[in-house]
Amino acid sequence: MVTSEDHPVALATSRRTRLQRVRRETLSGWLFVLPALIMYAVFVLAPLLLTILYSFYRWDGIGPMKWVGLKNYATVFEVPDLLGTIFNAFRLVLWFSFVPVGLGLVVSSVIHRMAAGRFGAIARTVVFLPQVIPLVAAGIIWGWLLALPGLINQILKALGLGAFTRAWLGDFDWALPAVGLIGVWVLLGFCTVLLSTGMTKIDKSLYEAARIDGASWLREFIGITIPLLKYEVGVCLTVTVTAALAAFDIVYVATAGGPGNSTAVPGIQVYILAFTQRAVGLASALAVMLMILVVAVILPIQRLTRESAK
Amino acid sequence: MRVSRSELWAGRVLLLAMMAFTILPFISIFTTALHPSGTVPGGLEWPAHPQWGNFVEAFKVAQMPKLLLSSTFIVLAVVPVSLVISTMAGFAIGLLRIPGSAVLLFLFVFGLTLPFPGIIIPIYFLERAMGIYNTRFAIVLPLIGLYMPFAVFWMRAHFVNMPSEITEAARVDGATTWDLFRHIHVPLARAPIASLGILMSVWTWNQFLIALVLVEDPTKRTMAGALGAFQGHYATDIPLLCAGTILILIPTLVVFVLFQRQIITALLQGSVKG
Repeated sequence: MVTSEDHPVALATSRRTRLQRVRRETLSGWLFVLPALIMYAVFVLAPLLLTILYSFYRWDGIGPMKWVGLKNYATVFEVPDLLGTIFNAFRLVLWFSFVPVGLGLVVSSVIHRMAAGRFGAIARTVVFLPQVIPLVAAGIIWGWLLALPGLINQILKALGLGAFTRAWLGDFDWALPAVGLIGVWVLLGFCTVLLSTGMTKIDKSLYEAARIDGASWLREFIGITIPLLKYEVGVCLTVTVTAALAAFDIVYVATAGGPGNSTAVPGIQVYILAFTQRAVGLASALAVMLMILVVAVILPIQRLTRESAK
Repeated sequence: MRVSRSELWAGRVLLLAMMAFTILPFISIFTTALHPSGTVPGGLEWPAHPQWGNFVEAFKVAQMPKLLLSSTFIVLAVVPVSLVISTMAGFAIGLLRIPGSAVLLFLFVFGLTLPFPGIIIPIYFLERAMGIYNTRFAIVLPLIGLYMPFAVFWMRAHFVNMPSEITEAARVDGATTWDLFRHIHVPLARAPIASLGILMSVWTWNQFLIALVLVEDPTKRTMAGALGAFQGHYATDIPLLCAGTILILIPTLVVFVLFQRQIITALLQGSVKG
């Protein structure tokens, strides 16, 4: 590597002016970072620290704050409805994450093997569409589809499964899977397109060799596609698991956490506690737990992903 | 190629089913939007007398012109500023490698996985204290801050891969750090800046929680935030709600159709780097 010291012009300058230059550059370099750092510090880092601070107090948001130590955290563990939001978040992971990634793998490998041309390109663009619309819109659209007179029940009736029809989002047992289905709709296209892109990077001769041997789609899928797509799968998992654990928009619009608490996730509960029940300290404790949860789940996935990238 | 005929058809059927799964919900809200306001139609039924007037009605009650202006204002206030300051920071961390770069990078990367609901409570109280609660700046300022981890990380990834010869040649010609940034490296970084701009525009337009908590007046919110309020008012009038939802989706869908390649590429790169 050529550094400025090796250059004749740089050598000609005296040591003192060089030192001054370095100092001036450091200063101007920091000036370049400063605006971004200030915005980040004021609107992310400071709120993060304040959330942690609030979590040790009892506070209604208006009156005086009362120090309660770890009591808010104890409350989260003791009240089933609060702890339940964390279990619900994990149940959502199943839908938001495993289904889109699994189905995305199947769909993208089918596109890769059988529809590499125009049809495949159209299919990819179409399934990607829900990814660009607001999640709120997805929630509203599906809120109607899953309603009693909605499309889903009509299809069930047309198939002769009229006995299964119900108001999906109002049903204690089915509301969470129904919310999960909305997540599948939103995230499937993203996973499909990302995995598809990954597949085009796999050496074609591997597939050709497999096909000469007469390998079926399934053998190709298990033997070549999945092992060579670890990195892309890792990225999909990171994105979708975060979307599930930190879910808010879809759940808020589709069910607002109901019926009862059957679809309440931490994001929803934090909002309700802080802004409608004015239990700011308790809400903050749950928010802190949500942040720890996300990091604890995402970090191992990230580590595996980075390793397989090497 | 030895893809058997039955396999080929199975694959095609699967793809068609997936496309139908994606598209049918849009078709369903479209046909629903054409039914008389206040009725409860079936899922895909085409109305006997399509009520195109529902769209006009929804346009009026949702105050669409105001919403479009508000969202556009928020995007125009958030995206250019975020682009400038994150490019500068990425340049200093990735290319100038100022002392403390590693710590700064770690600090920004740390913010990548922070879930939104985790920090929204103090932002609310902070904004009340600053007196910007219920103004558009209540959305604009925190969004700029929230985008910084990703944006700085993204721009740094570009600058860190720039060959150092370019920088040295310019230095020899007596370029100041600012010249180097403004006249050499920003023009070279056009592609990643453009992708980042697309990403942040889509994210801003679709922002919901921050609008819900920080701005009470729907006409001062983002599109997604306004849609949430619209649903609150018209939840019982399904055809009108569907018409309003379609209207609010149209700008996004038009932009997606026009820039689909760039948007898809940017979103994918964004997730891979993030």
